[in-house]
This record gives sequence, structure tokens and C-alpha cells, in this order.
Amino acid sequence: METFLSRYRNLSVLLLLVVAQLLLLAYQVKARDDVPLIRVWAVSAVTPLARGIESIRGGTGGFFQGYLFLHDVQVENILLKREMGALKLRNRFLAAELAMADRAKALDEFRAKTPSKTLPARVIGTGTGANSRVVFIDRGSTDGVKRGMAAIAPEGIVGKVVAAYRMSSLVQLITEQGSVAGVVSQKNKVRGTLKGVGANTCVVEYVQNEDKLEPGEWFFTSGADRVFPRGLPVGQVKMVREGRGGKEVVVEPSGLWTGMEEMLIVLDGVHGLVPPPDEPASREVSILPAPPPETPAASELDAASPDSGAAMTDADRLKERYQRVVEGQGVHLGVKGAIADFNRAPAPARPPAVPAATGAAPAPAGKVEPGKR
Amino acid sequence: MTGMSERLMGGGLGNTKISKFRPVAYIVPPLVAILFQVYVPRFASYLSYLELPLLVTVYFALMRRQPVAGAVIGCAIGLVQDALSQHPLGMQGIVKTLVGYFAASISMRFDVENVALRFVLSFFFFVFHQFFLWVLARGLLGQSMDLQVPQTIIFAFLNAVVAIPLFLVLDRLKTEEL
Repeated sequence: METFLSRYRNLSVLLLLVVAQLLLLAYQVKARDDVPLIRVWAVSAVTPLARGIESIRGGTGGFFQGYLFLHDVQVENILLKREMGALKLRNRFLAAELAMADRAKALDEFRAKTPSKTLPARVIGTGTGANSRVVFIDRGSTDGVKRGMAAIAPEGIVGKVVAAYRMSSLVQLITEQGSVAGVVSQKNKVRGTLKGVGANTCVVEYVQNEDKLEPGEWFFTSGADRVFPRGLPVGQVKMVREGRGGKEVVVEPSGLWTGMEEMLIVLDGVHGLVPPPDEPASREVSILPAPPPETPAASELDAASPDSGAAMTDADRLKERYQRVVEGQGVHLGVKGAIADFNRAPAPARPPAVPAATGAAPAPAGKVEPGKR
Repeated sequence: MTGMSERLMGGGLGNTKISKFRPVAYIVPPLVAILFQVYVPRFASYLSYLELPLLVTVYFALMRRQPVAGAVIGCAIGLVQDALSQHPLGMQGIVKTLVGYFAASISMRFDVENVALRFVLSFFFFVFHQFFLWVLARGLLGQSMDLQVPQTIIFAFLNAVVAIPLFLVLDRLKTEEL
């Protein structure tokens, strides 16, 4: 054995490393759990550095941009460089400040307007891997961020929190391969699943060829994914054509249009409504207006009084029938003694409770039990 | 044996120099490469194609010429990269372990100081890396990832171009050759 290991030392070490990592991978997949220790170490080592670089950049970003620009001008004309460079430096600095203020203002306005409880966050780095579409933000579990929370911007949805560490979190952008969101189109109410493909655009799947969809039409979140609250803008249809298994729809996500600087993390999502389109849906397809929302009082009434039969399922009716069988035979369920004969006809149903003041006659049993067998 | 193949083979199989580095050289360049990937694509998204941790792995594996060292370096860099990504731990780790091992194995047969060979190996190992990541994602994790072949080849070419000056810079960290 020793000879074998020393002879195939290289191969043994390779196998050991690969098998150990395969086991680590298998554990994570099977237990659907992470190995937080290694991640916490790595994130704790890297994010403070990224945070530090970001702070330095924030303070001196305008100066560096201006300085680099100054070099370009120097090549063209040394005399003009000094004057132009100073002006451009100032201009760029002010423009950057203004843009940042505008973004912050827009974010604040959006935050005040949205019914969901949100938390502003700043991007401090990107994930590793070639062409990676995940970013680190400066908010973590200490700020209340949890895995699975939605990340949004005034322009649209941005992504989803895939890992929350103490001081930072990892957000998977909506364009990352494998990220999904339930969406509905604004004009024609076409439902589908938005999927990231690892490019700057996304696709919407499960749209039938018969469904009407136009380029330029907006998609909004449908809330079906239980991550993004309903009614948030997603993006505009860039391309739509008929395909073999359904329509091929390419959407340009609006949340990533203005670059990735700040975003809002949805701590407590509240579903909104998809805003009505500016123009009506195409006349080629007939679409009824949306039904009025059910009043909470009516739903509560249905839930509270199964005797009405309106909200009863087959299982409810069967349970009620067995209860009447048991009551009719004087048997107590769960108590040692006589056993009920469930083949016998049940006792007549009890009339629904009627307020004494009305003095109305109780309804006949047959009408109370719509599921009579 | 032609002149070209002699140059690539380093004048014979026995002529394999092992480069030595200071311990800090094994920590700083990989950390800088990972930080680069974490921070730089935020401002220059066109640089997100750069897989600097892979290039650093390939470089150390080639210069150390020891498969065990190559595999261990690849494993460590890959695991740190995994920890900073949304993937389960082990994806990049396994692939970079294999890259490190095979790069070191190849380096025992070729003259890895040769610029053309470095270009070819960087190109090859980028494609190898992306292909194995795709295999692992599909085979082990059941993810429906697409292998975008033309994009991968273009990125491999660009990474190979970057690898040449990067390797020359890293060459300065060598302390001795045995």
C-alpha cells in the first residue's frame, strides 16, 4: 500500500483533493445547506478591502477621472490641457455629484412611494468567475437582509439576495444564468417566466405562440415567484418571434439600465398592481377588464361558514357527512367503545344558525348540503 | 527534431527547471487576482471576461512543475473563488485543482518560458476550465447552463493575450531556479 501511494503520489493527491471537494459539493446539494465557515472567512477577508477601495474611490473618484482625462488632452495640446483639464475635472466632479444626488433622490422618492418596506444598499464589488453577474452590497444580516429577498431599483427589478453575511450580501442579478422571476405583460396580460441567460438581456419562457405580445411592451412582476412583489417593472420586450415550443421573447431589464450603484432590498414585500397601459391592448385580441377584487368581508364570511357550501371542498363535505354519521349513532370519536357504521345514512343536517330576532324558518337539509351523495 | 519543437521541448525532456518563489508570492498575486475580479468589473464591465485567478493558477502550476503543488494551489484559489460566488463550494475548486494538476504535468515536458507555448496553454486551459465548469454544473448540480462556444473561444483568446504580460510580471517574483 505504501509503495502504491509513493509510486502514484501525484495521482493520489489529485484524487484526494477532487474526492474531498466532491463530498463537500454533495453535502451542500443534499443538505441544501451551505458551508458558512469558508464563505465567511473569504467574504470577511475580501469585502473590507473592497469597502476600503470603494471609500477611497468615492472620495477621489472625480480627481482620478479628471486626471486620466487630463492625460488624453495633453497629447492633443499642452497649453489647452491645463485650462480644459481643470474645467473638465470640475465639470466631471460636479456631474458625478449631481448624478449621485439624483440617483439618491430618485431612490428616496421611489422608496417613499413603494408600499414595501425596503432598505437602501450600495454595490461594493462583483462576484468572482468570468462574466459573473452577481454583486456584493454593503448591507448584511445585521441590517435585516436575508437570503431570498428581492433587490429592486426605481427603474425595475435588479436581482435576488443569494447569500447574506454579517456586513455584506451577495445579490444575483436578474441577468445571471439561472435566475428567474414570474412576469406578466402590461398590455396583453401575457404571463411567463423571466430567465437570465448570462447576457445583458433576459428571455421570457412559457409564452404560447397564440399569445399577443408586441416589441416595446412592458413586463411587470406577477408576484408568482414569491420573491418579487407584484407590479414592479421588469423591462421592455426587445424581440419577439414564434418558436417551436412557444414564443421566443427577449426582454431588456430596466433595473440595470442606469448602472449598478445603489439598490433597494425588499425587507417586507407588499404586492402592488400592474399599472394600466398608456394605450389599450391590441384590437386583434379581446381582453376583458380585470375582475373586481374580492372584498375581504366576503372571503372571511365564506371561510367562517362552511355550511353555506360556497367555499366547501369535497373533503369538507365528506368530513361533515362523517360527523353527522357519528353524531346520529351517538358515537364519540377517539373514545374507546362503540364503532360508528359509516355505511349508514347520516342524520339530517343541522339548519344553519339564524339570528333569533329575524324569526326566519331554518332552511331544509337538502338545500344546506349541496354535495348530497 | 526540428528547431521549433526543440525550442518548445526546452532542448530535451531532462531540461526542466523548477522555479522557486517566496511564500508571500503564493498569497499576494492570487489575492490581487481575486480582488480584481471582485472590484474591477464593477466599473469596467468589459473586463469581466478576465479570469485572472485561473491565469495565476496556470502560471504557478507551470513554473513549479510539480503536479501536487499545482493541484493544491488550484484547489485553494478555486475554493476562495467559490466562497465569493453564488455557486456551491467546490465547483471552481475541483476545476482549478484539475487545471493546476494538468498544467504542472504538461510543464514537465515543455519549455514553459516560451511565450507562444504560454499563449497556447492559457488558451487551452481557459477552454478546459469553462468546459469542466459546465460539465459540473449540468452533471452534478443539474443546472441548465449553456456552454456558449463562440463566446468561450473569444474569451479564451483574450485571456491568453493577457496571460503573456501577466506571466512576465509574475516571472519577476521568482527567487531561484533549480
